[in-house]
Amino acid sequence: MIRLSDIEKVYRTEKIETVALANVNLDVAAGEFVSIMGPSGCGKSTLLHVMGLLDAPTRGTVALDGRVVDSFDDRRLAPLRNKEIGFIFQTFHLIPDLSVVDNVEIPLLYRRMSNAERRQLALTALNRVGLASRVHHFPGQLSGGQQQRVAIARAIVGRPRLLLADEPTGNLDSQMGDEIMAILRELNEQEKTTIVMVTHDPRLAEETDRTVRLFDGRQVN
Amino acid sequence: MLRHYVKTAFKVFARRKFFTFVSLFGISFTLVVLMVATAMLDHTFAPHAPEVHQDRTVGLFHAQMIGPHNRWSSEPGYRLLDRHLRDLPGAERTSIYSDARTVYSYPGGTRVKSSLKRTDAEFWRILRFEFLEGGPFGDQEVQDARFVAVINAATRERFFGGESAVGRTIEVDAQRFRVVGVVSDVPALRRVPFADVWVPLTTAKTDAYKSEIMGGFYGIVLAKDRAEIPALKAEFRSRVRTVELPDARRYEKLVAPLETPFETVARLFLGDRGEEEARPERLIALLAGVALLFMLLPTINLVNLNVSRIMERASEIGVRKAFGASSRTLVGQFVVENVLLTLIGGAIGLGLSVFVLQALGASGVVQYARFGLNLRIFAWALATALFFGVFSGVYPAWRMSRLHPVDALRGASR
Repeated sequence: MIRLSDIEKVYRTEKIETVALANVNLDVAAGEFVSIMGPSGCGKSTLLHVMGLLDAPTRGTVALDGRVVDSFDDRRLAPLRNKEIGFIFQTFHLIPDLSVVDNVEIPLLYRRMSNAERRQLALTALNRVGLASRVHHFPGQLSGGQQQRVAIARAIVGRPRLLLADEPTGNLDSQMGDEIMAILRELNEQEKTTIVMVTHDPRLAEETDRTVRLFDGRQVN
Repeated sequence: MLRHYVKTAFKVFARRKFFTFVSLFGISFTLVVLMVATAMLDHTFAPHAPEVHQDRTVGLFHAQMIGPHNRWSSEPGYRLLDRHLRDLPGAERTSIYSDARTVYSYPGGTRVKSSLKRTDAEFWRILRFEFLEGGPFGDQEVQDARFVAVINAATRERFFGGESAVGRTIEVDAQRFRVVGVVSDVPALRRVPFADVWVPLTTAKTDAYKSEIMGGFYGIVLAKDRAEIPALKAEFRSRVRTVELPDARRYEKLVAPLETPFETVARLFLGDRGEEEARPERLIALLAGVALLFMLLPTINLVNLNVSRIMERASEIGVRKAFGASSRTLVGQFVVENVLLTLIGGAIGLGLSVFVLQALGASGVVQYARFGLNLRIFAWALATALFFGVFSGVYPAWRMSRLHPVDALRGASR
C-alpha cells in the first residue's frame, strides 16, 4: 500500500538543524493495522505526515501503490490526499463554524459530485460512527468522544484506502478511547481499510497487527 | 461547492463581528463618497434632458486673448459668435445665448432672485426642454424684440403660486415680459440650458453687446453628425485666426476653441487656457487617479485585516489541505469569501448613496439638483466593489494557501 524507503526529515532553522527522522524504512501492506509508538518528540507525527503526503521528506522515497510521489507538486498531491488518504487528528481539527454534517462533507467538496450525493454519503458516514442524530449540531455542542467520531466520519466519507490516525484517543478518557478503537478495528476488519495509528498507549498498540517503535527519529524494532 | 463557500463565509462574518463591521464600514463609506462624486459628475456632464443631443453638440464657452504681456480670459463676446460661429460646414443649427445673470424682482413686495438668460430661437431647437405649458419663443419674436419669456416651474411658483402663467406678465431686470411658456426646472450644474427666465436676445437694454469680441455670451453648435465635429472645429479654428483683435498692440492671438462643456472644464481646471486643443484626458486621468487612491486606502486596510485572519483560520486551512484542497482551490474559496463581503459592502454603500444623494438634492446646495443613481452609476459601483473584492482578497488568499499543511494544523506559519 505505502512504502517508505530511507526516509530522513531534517528541520533547519538559521541556527540549528533538527533531525526528526533518520533512515526510516517502512512497508505497510494493504489491509494492515499498524501502530507507531515512541516517546514524545521521537518523530511519530512527522512520520505520519510524510505518509499522508502532507510533508515531504528531506531525503528518501515515498511510494503509494508502487507510485513514487516525491516529485509531485501540490496540484498532483491534492487529489491523492483527497481520494486515497483519510486523516484523524488527536485534537479532532473540526471546523467550529460548520455543522457536523458540513464538516464531514469537506473531503467530498474537492470531488465532482452533486450536493445531494455529497449529503447522502456524509449521512451514511455519520450513521456508521453512530452519530446520525447529531448531524445538525456544531462541534462545540458535542463531547470529545463525539467530536472524534465526527472526525472519523470525515476521514472515511470518501472511502480512502489508507487511514492515518494521530493519537486518536489521546484527548479522550479510556471508555471513549475504547469506543473509538472499536470503530477503527471494525473499519479495518470489515472494510479492509489500511490503518496506521500513532499512539502512546501500549494497550491499544497490542490490538493492532504490528507495532513500529521510534526513538529519536529512528526505528528501534 | 459555492454553496459551501457562501455558508462558511457567512459563518466567519458572523463570528468575527468586529472584523466584518470594520470591513463593511470601509467599503461602504468609500463607495458612498465615490458614488456621490460620480453621481454629481454624471449629473453635470452626462447627456440628460434638455441636452439630449450632447453627443453631437459643441460650444464656445471660453475665449482668451493673449499678448506678450497681457492675457484676457472670459466668455466669448457676441460679435465673435455672430460673425464667425454661424454657418459652419456640417452644422445643423447654431445658437447664441447670454451668460445667466442674477436679477431681482419684487412681486407683491417680496424680493425674488432669478437667473436670466437672453437667447435666440435656435436655443429651443437644439435643447429639448420639457414644456409644462405654452411653448418657446420663435424667430419672429426674437427679430421683433418682443418682450416674451419662458420661465421655469420654480419661477412660476414664486410669481404665481404655481397657477398657470402663460399670458401673464412678470417683471425681471426692470423689464416686463409676457410669459409664453413654462418648462421644468433645469439643475444649476447644467451650465448650458440652466436659467430661471429665458427671454429674446434682442430685448437687451442696449446694443453695445453686438460689437464685443469678448464677454457675456456663449454659442453652441449642433452638428449634423458626430463625425462632422472635428472638421467643424478645424474650420472654426481657422476662422478665429482671421478675427481682428480690438487692441492689436496688447493682444496678438485669440484662442477660442469649440469644445464640449467637459473639455472646457478640463481646460479651465488644469490651467492650459491658452492651448488650442483641450486635453480632457488629463482631467479624466486626474479624477481616475484620485478615485484609485481613495479606493486604495480601504483596500490596503482590508488586505491587512485579511492577512491577520490567516493565523485564526490556520487549522481550517490545514484540514482542507489534508483532505485534498489544492492551494488554488483555497485561493478560490478565500477570494469568493472576500468578494461576497465586498458585494455586501457595495449593496450597503449603494443604499447609503441613494440616501445621501436625496439629502443633497433636498438641501438645495445645488439649485434644482436631481441627483439620482442610474444604471451607469450602478455599474460603476459594482465594478468598484469587485475591484475591492478581488484586489483585497487575492494576496491574502495566496498567503493563506501557501501555508504548509503541517504548520497550518499546528496553527503556526513558517
